[in-house]
Amino acid sequence: MNLTLHVWRQSGPKAPGKLEQYEAKNVSPDQSFLEMLDEVNEHLIKEGKDPIAFDHDCREGICGMCSQVINGVPHGGQERTTVCQLHMRRFNDGDTIYIEPWRALAFPIQKDLIVDRNALEKIMQAGGYTSCHTGGVADGNAILVPKQDADYAMDAAECIGCGACVAACPNGSAMLYTSAKVAQLAALPQGQAEAAERVCAMTEAMQEAGFGNCSNHYECMAACPKGINVKFIAKLNREYQKALFK
Amino acid sequence: MRILSSSVGRKILMSITGQLLIIFILIHLIGNSTIFFGPNGINAYAEHLHSLPPLVWAFRLFMLAAIAVHIAYGVTLTLENKAANPGAYAVKRNLKASFASENMIWTGLLVLCFIGYHLLQFTIHGTPDVVVGLDSANRPDVFRMVVTSFGNALISLAYMFAMLMLFLHLSHGIPSFLQTMGWNNEKTIPAFGTGGKVISAILMLAYISIPAVILAGLLKL
Ligand code: HEM
Ligand code: SF4
Ligand code: FES
Repeated sequence: MNLTLHVWRQSGPKAPGKLEQYEAKNVSPDQSFLEMLDEVNEHLIKEGKDPIAFDHDCREGICGMCSQVINGVPHGGQERTTVCQLHMRRFNDGDTIYIEPWRALAFPIQKDLIVDRNALEKIMQAGGYTSCHTGGVADGNAILVPKQDADYAMDAAECIGCGACVAACPNGSAMLYTSAKVAQLAALPQGQAEAAERVCAMTEAMQEAGFGNCSNHYECMAACPKGINVKFIAKLNREYQKALFK
Repeated sequence: MRILSSSVGRKILMSITGQLLIIFILIHLIGNSTIFFGPNGINAYAEHLHSLPPLVWAFRLFMLAAIAVHIAYGVTLTLENKAANPGAYAVKRNLKASFASENMIWTGLLVLCFIGYHLLQFTIHGTPDVVVGLDSANRPDVFRMVVTSFGNALISLAYMFAMLMLFLHLSHGIPSFLQTMGWNNEKTIPAFGTGGKVISAILMLAYISIPAVILAGLLKL
């Protein structure tokens, strides 16, 4: 199939950017979205032009590097699917596709479709850990975790830190990401000791990094490739209230 | 204090003040519905309500403080959120956000304008349509005042429009305050979304019924 692409091109963080049009010819429906872009890039390189820069790594939906807003939806709008796992059979011959970078104050554009997502790491550094003594490896079952709690924590831990929730949010807020990290640790016995500090530190770090406030649009949940539920935001809010009385 | 500067803390204050306003709206509706019992209903109710001036003023100041906090944070949160999202997408398709959720600040400010008008009219008696007088039992004749003013179709329509704005504000506001308080889980999230719309719609229709019934000539002097 043949497609018309409108891709955001921007040579550097400070440079002005604009949408440029490309024709993708003879695209196979079995190609992934990134493979389709690889082929467009090969043509661009042959023509002596600058290829489209985009983030990617695992290409199997687990690393969270790929980050493109496709036709107005982060990761392209197929339920629980990252861009790298989106396939061209989802599109029709003759389609026009708009490809843009994540856009949020906290995610400055580096080049073309690549944004700087260090702001998410700042949130993580503020409290996304449990402190423990190093030394000999502890017995795996030394602290028993009820199955329900483990499942809940695992659901939260599915977050791959891609930032689609921020890109989708009308407020450029990172509440879904932050809440997934807070809820994951709050559900486990190991996370209890630092729970109150954690929720305060992580939400403050979110604010400092330039993310907006949550106003419960739930746009994040609809865009999240891992189906992280906004119930974790409710959990974060409860954790915050508990912390107020600590 | 941490709660006043924290993103989550300020949302909790918005949520609590929003809940106080909703409680007020419910009580106010019950009080207003005494109009369906005629002059004896609402005039007696209004007289009881104002029989203890210090209490009336304490209540008014409390509501004023609640709404001031709600507005102050509503405006700052909205400004911060606009700044955090450069809004530069050439194409953006929302999957979940609604007209109501995206326009909270505008429906909120329109409700505020309405509150100002409503107080100027029926509390301060500062608009030309208001007739002030006493009924046969020597009570302030609230029934005559309301029925006369709502007889003017333009005034009634303005009230109905304001209630539509309140409906929009609450159809997002009700599920939103529950989530902000953390009173939510995977099952209740969709249920509260629907429930919020239903309750806001019932509130709107109940409030609108008063000018509607008067305009239709079913409640007369
Ligand atoms: C009778 C009047 C009002 C009622 C009952 C009411 C109720 C509510 C409720 C329940 C919420 C949800 C709070 C939450 O998400 O936790 C809310 C949010 C909001 N209200 Fe109001 N409100 C009223 C008036 C106003 C006014 C006058 C403004 C004007 C500035 C306003 C602006 C907002 C904004 C901007 C939000 C969204 C905040 C956010 O989600 O970040 N409201 N309101
Ligand atoms: S919550 Fe979902 S959308 Fe947000 S960073 Fe994690 S995986 Fe990505
Ligand atoms: S490239 Fe790793 S998730 Fe898409």
